[in-house]
Amino acid sequence: MMFWFLTVVALLSALMVLLSKNPVHSVLWLIAVFFAISGHYILLNAQFLAIVNLIVYAGAIMVLFLFVIMLMNLNKDSEPPKNVWMKLAGVIAAGWFLSVICFLINQAPELHNKTAQLKDGNIGLIENLGKVLFTNYLVPFEISSVLFLSAMVGAVVIGKKD
Amino acid sequence: MPIQYYIYLALALFSIGIAGVLTRRNAIIIFMSVEIMLNAVNLLLVAFSKMHYAAASLSDKATTVGSDGQLFVFFIMVVAAAEVSVGLAIIVMMFRNTHSVDVNFLNRLKN
Repeated sequence: MMFWFLTVVALLSALMVLLSKNPVHSVLWLIAVFFAISGHYILLNAQFLAIVNLIVYAGAIMVLFLFVIMLMNLNKDSEPPKNVWMKLAGVIAAGWFLSVICFLINQAPELHNKTAQLKDGNIGLIENLGKVLFTNYLVPFEISSVLFLSAMVGAVVIGKKD
Repeated sequence: MPIQYYIYLALALFSIGIAGVLTRRNAIIIFMSVEIMLNAVNLLLVAFSKMHYAAASLSDKATTVGSDGQLFVFFIMVVAAAEVSVGLAIIVMMFRNTHSVDVNFLNRLKN
C-alpha cells in the first residue's frame, strides 16, 4: 500500500520536473522525488541509505542547484521553444526504450518468483553496512576521499575569475 | 513485493530522465534529469540487494549477502555529489561568458 503511494508520488513528481516552466519549480519537484525514493529505501529497510539520500541529495545537491539558479536569475525560464518534432522524438525514444525493456523483464524466466524483502532484514542497518565497508571496501572508501579533494580543487579552479 | 514492480518503477524513472535529457534545452534541467536517472539506478540496486538477501537468509540467518549493492549505492552518491559540484562550476563559468544556459547556444563554442 505504501509502495503504491510512494511510486505514484515519485513518478508524478519526476514528470513535473520535466514539465515545469520555472526552473525553481523543477528543483522543488525533484526534492519531492528524492523524498519518495527515500521512502522506498525505508520501506526496504535500507535505513542508512535513506538518511544519506536525504542529507546528500535533497539537502546538499539540490541546495547547490538552487544557489546556481538564483545566481543566474532564471526566475522564468526564457528558453525559446524547442522544435515540436524534436520534443516528440525525445519522448518517443524514451517511451520506446521503456516498453522494450519492460517487455524483456516481463518474460525473463530468472525473475519469476523472486521477491524483494520489505520491512525486515539486517543488511540495511548502519552497523552491518559499516562492518562490510570498512573491511572489504576500504580502498574504494579512501579513493573516494581523493575524488572529493580533486572535485573540490577542480570546482574552485574552474570558477576562478582572472 | 515481487521484484518486477521495482524494476518497472526504476525503468519508468530512468526513461523519464532520458526524456528530460533529450527534450529540454536548459542545461540545468538536463543536469537534474541526469540526477533522476542516477536515483532510479540507486533504487534498483537497493531492491536487488534485498532480493538476494531474502534468498540467502532462508538458509543462513546471519548472512551479509546483499550489502554490496547498498555500498555501491553509497559510492554512486559520492560520485554524483562530486560530479554535481564540478558540473555546476562549469555551467556558472559558461554563463559568465555567454549569459545564456541554452545548450543549443553553448554548442557553438567552436569559435
